[in-house]
Amino acid sequence: MSTTDTYYIPHKATWPVIGTAGLLTMLAGFANYLNGSSIGPTMMVLGLVIFIIMLTGWFTLQATESESGMYSTQVGISYRMGMMWFIFSEIVFFAVFFGTLWYTRNLSVPWLGGEGTGAATKELLWPSFDATWPTNGPKALGVDESGARKFGAELEPMGAWGLPFLNTLILLSSGVTVTWAHHGLLAKNRDQLIKGLIATVALGFLFVSFQAYEYHEAYTEMGLTLGSGIYGSTFFMLTGFHGLHVCIGAIILSVVLFRSWKGHFNPENHFAFEAAAWYWHFVDVVWLGLFIFVYLL
Amino acid sequence: MSAVVAEHDDHHDDHAHGPAKGLLRWVITTNHKDIGTLYLVFSLAMFFVGGAMAMIIRAELFEPGLQFVQPQFFNSMTTMHALVMVFGAVMPAFVGLANWMIPMMIGAPDMALPRMNNMSFWMLVAGISLLASTLFMEGGSPAGGWTMYPPLMLQTGKALPFAIFAVHLLGISSIMGSINIIATIFNMRAPGMTLMKMPLFVWTWLITAFLLIAIMPVFAGAVTMLLTDKFFGTSFFDAAGGGDPVLYEHIFWFFGHPEVYVMILPAFGVTSTIIPVFARKPLFGYSSMVYATASIAFLSFIVWAHHMFTVGMPIAGELYFMYATMLIAIPTGVKVFNWTATMWKGSMTFETPMLFSIAFVVLFTMGGFTGLMMSIAPSDFQYHDTYFIVAHFHYTLVPAAVFSLMAAGYYWLPKWTGHMYNEKIGQLHFWLSAVSVNILFFPQHFLGLAGMPRRIPDYAVQFADWNMISSIGGFIFGASQLLFLYIVIDTIRGGTGEKVTDEVWEDAHKHGLEWTLPSPPPYHTFTTPPAVIPTEHI
Ligand code: HEM
Ligand SMILES: [Cu+2]
Repeated sequence: MSTTDTYYIPHKATWPVIGTAGLLTMLAGFANYLNGSSIGPTMMVLGLVIFIIMLTGWFTLQATESESGMYSTQVGISYRMGMMWFIFSEIVFFAVFFGTLWYTRNLSVPWLGGEGTGAATKELLWPSFDATWPTNGPKALGVDESGARKFGAELEPMGAWGLPFLNTLILLSSGVTVTWAHHGLLAKNRDQLIKGLIATVALGFLFVSFQAYEYHEAYTEMGLTLGSGIYGSTFFMLTGFHGLHVCIGAIILSVVLFRSWKGHFNPENHFAFEAAAWYWHFVDVVWLGLFIFVYLL
Repeated sequence: MSAVVAEHDDHHDDHAHGPAKGLLRWVITTNHKDIGTLYLVFSLAMFFVGGAMAMIIRAELFEPGLQFVQPQFFNSMTTMHALVMVFGAVMPAFVGLANWMIPMMIGAPDMALPRMNNMSFWMLVAGISLLASTLFMEGGSPAGGWTMYPPLMLQTGKALPFAIFAVHLLGISSIMGSINIIATIFNMRAPGMTLMKMPLFVWTWLITAFLLIAIMPVFAGAVTMLLTDKFFGTSFFDAAGGGDPVLYEHIFWFFGHPEVYVMILPAFGVTSTIIPVFARKPLFGYSSMVYATASIAFLSFIVWAHHMFTVGMPIAGELYFMYATMLIAIPTGVKVFNWTATMWKGSMTFETPMLFSIAFVVLFTMGGFTGLMMSIAPSDFQYHDTYFIVAHFHYTLVPAAVFSLMAAGYYWLPKWTGHMYNEKIGQLHFWLSAVSVNILFFPQHFLGLAGMPRRIPDYAVQFADWNMISSIGGFIFGASQLLFLYIVIDTIRGGTGEKVTDEVWEDAHKHGLEWTLPSPPPYHTFTTPPAVIPTEHI
């Protein structure tokens, strides 16, 4: 419950500059690393440390202010709008990679195989390329049944019904547990809140571990890598960015869990919880899209 | 219409905070006016950095042959000029105006998310610094054009990852800024300030902010794939791996076309704000302006491939993108009509902001017409990648977007500083700019129609005359902008010495809440919302 009606406007902010400096150092370090410069990794670690310090500091500040009732309902609305549009921008980011998958799979790979107006393309570039999906592209050389050379080696796709299906169940249940935690929060049942959050975070990390295992299999057993043509590119880009977002979501939820354990939040005032839950549902929905378009179809 | 009672109770507000002392004030500020100033000063600086690059380009093109720079460096200059101007000058300048004006226009105490406001400014500085650092790198800064098409872009030297991460940082900055603007407009309006009473500048920024949130992640995604194609073995844009370089163009222009509207919609807002004041009439067709802006924004998402007519699209695609693009002319026409109708039978005066705004209407329309010419797919086969398109977008960007920024500067400087600028020098600045910008860009239409390609350091002798004229126009235009710099500094330091009134321009209080505040406005305004709001701008 807000104890104030004036819109809280902080008068000085040091964390934003520190955070920016951290991110800049991290990215400049990464760029140096990619260019083969030896100071790259050091800069990255330094930047990451600064960034984590910023996150801790800024989150603590917000939590303290929130708990001391400095945020009116109107401030809460601003935060909710901010989170909503942030998630929207993330959805757009994923849409780019889904779009890429759609375009290559349904348009450009068939064109390479001679479909539409691509007949000359096929004839002139890679006449024996088989435009099937999944493909690792014409540059991968293979041999067909008769022993003749052909373009586009066999590629084993990642199956849907093993780990990925299990991961689907895991994420869906985590959506249930976070809602259960929310009900606990609303009913002032802190025990349920904390248990629900612990379950959600645990399921999140379980998901990530399974995915790590899947990647390991892909790289060592199946020969499926980022370099496996367009299939490998889209597969790892989509699942990789999603996995990263699961990690971020799980970390946010851990912070919320920590705060719940410290006794923060009440039925009227729990923006951080809501934001984390929204984010988690977003990650959930993206996964459903992945399961259908990357694994199943 | 109702009288204005604006309460700004800073004088008796005992917990009012002034700015922090010293330089640190600017680093840690959360005040919308301070951050607005930071954005404006930064963008003015970048305007001159990008301008210097343009001067190098025009100097090299003054005569055929290679005079001053190597071709690789020349291409770096065209690339960096565009990136610096788009992301460092024009966009931040409009964000600066938004920061300063939106809270004052809607009667809000500040932006909705002040800490994030600070962060989005510093992210901008970080992004531009990363980009600028590439100038000093092995292999030079990116030279593949601001569109960064692969595979050419992938030949960039050490600069590539830096440029890509710069785009990421600039994207984060824009998204944060936009989220802030949306939250401010939806959540911070004074009671009575309904959506359809908002000044058009606020409306156009609201719509622009939506555009930005929907497109910056797209650009970020595109360059991320460039990065992995180069360093992690993916083949998104490589046909040998099953990818397609044309895919990059689709993604880029899905971002790129709305992006050009990001630079013009707030300019529409500025023009719609200024013309009524100096025509002494309410804006003609307020609601049609709002709907036209929204339609333009919507259409901007479904016309992107008009940048790719020559890429080898299926004929159905050519036709669709041709007709869809032509549609944009309709809402754009509505706007031009409304501005003209606002001036019709008005008792007009021609102070510098008005001059720049009228030039905006005329010269933007020129750019719109050449756009229409290029939207005709078969004709565009001739225009594409020639100086004709360079002329087109410079008309929409320089005498349009940049002129509107100049207009906004002259219009609001007295409010911001409390001092009047020197009108004589202002008018001189206007006339020099307006004449030279046409000497600079009009001949480029002829060059393009005659077949001179864009992005080349050398050209056939038949193009020599118009290039020389264009360069002369460019040098005059560049030099004239120093007048603006002088005026800004002079006005901040006292200007003509004349103390300006609260409303500065005759009857301006009928046109916006900002004119009911003192000039300069107190550090915190509207800590309690203004009781009654003016409605006469409808
Ligand atoms: C009246 C509506 C407009 C139409 C119909 C239109 C049409 C076009 C077309 C067809 C092209 C592609 C030309 C080619 O590459 O062959 C183009 C390029 C361009 N337009 Fe417009 N345009 C319009 C308004 C604008 C506005 C308002 C801006 C910016 C404020 C703008 C900025 C640009 C830019 C920057 C490019 C070139 C991008 C590049 O290739 O580097 N246009 N326009
Ligand atoms: Cu366009």
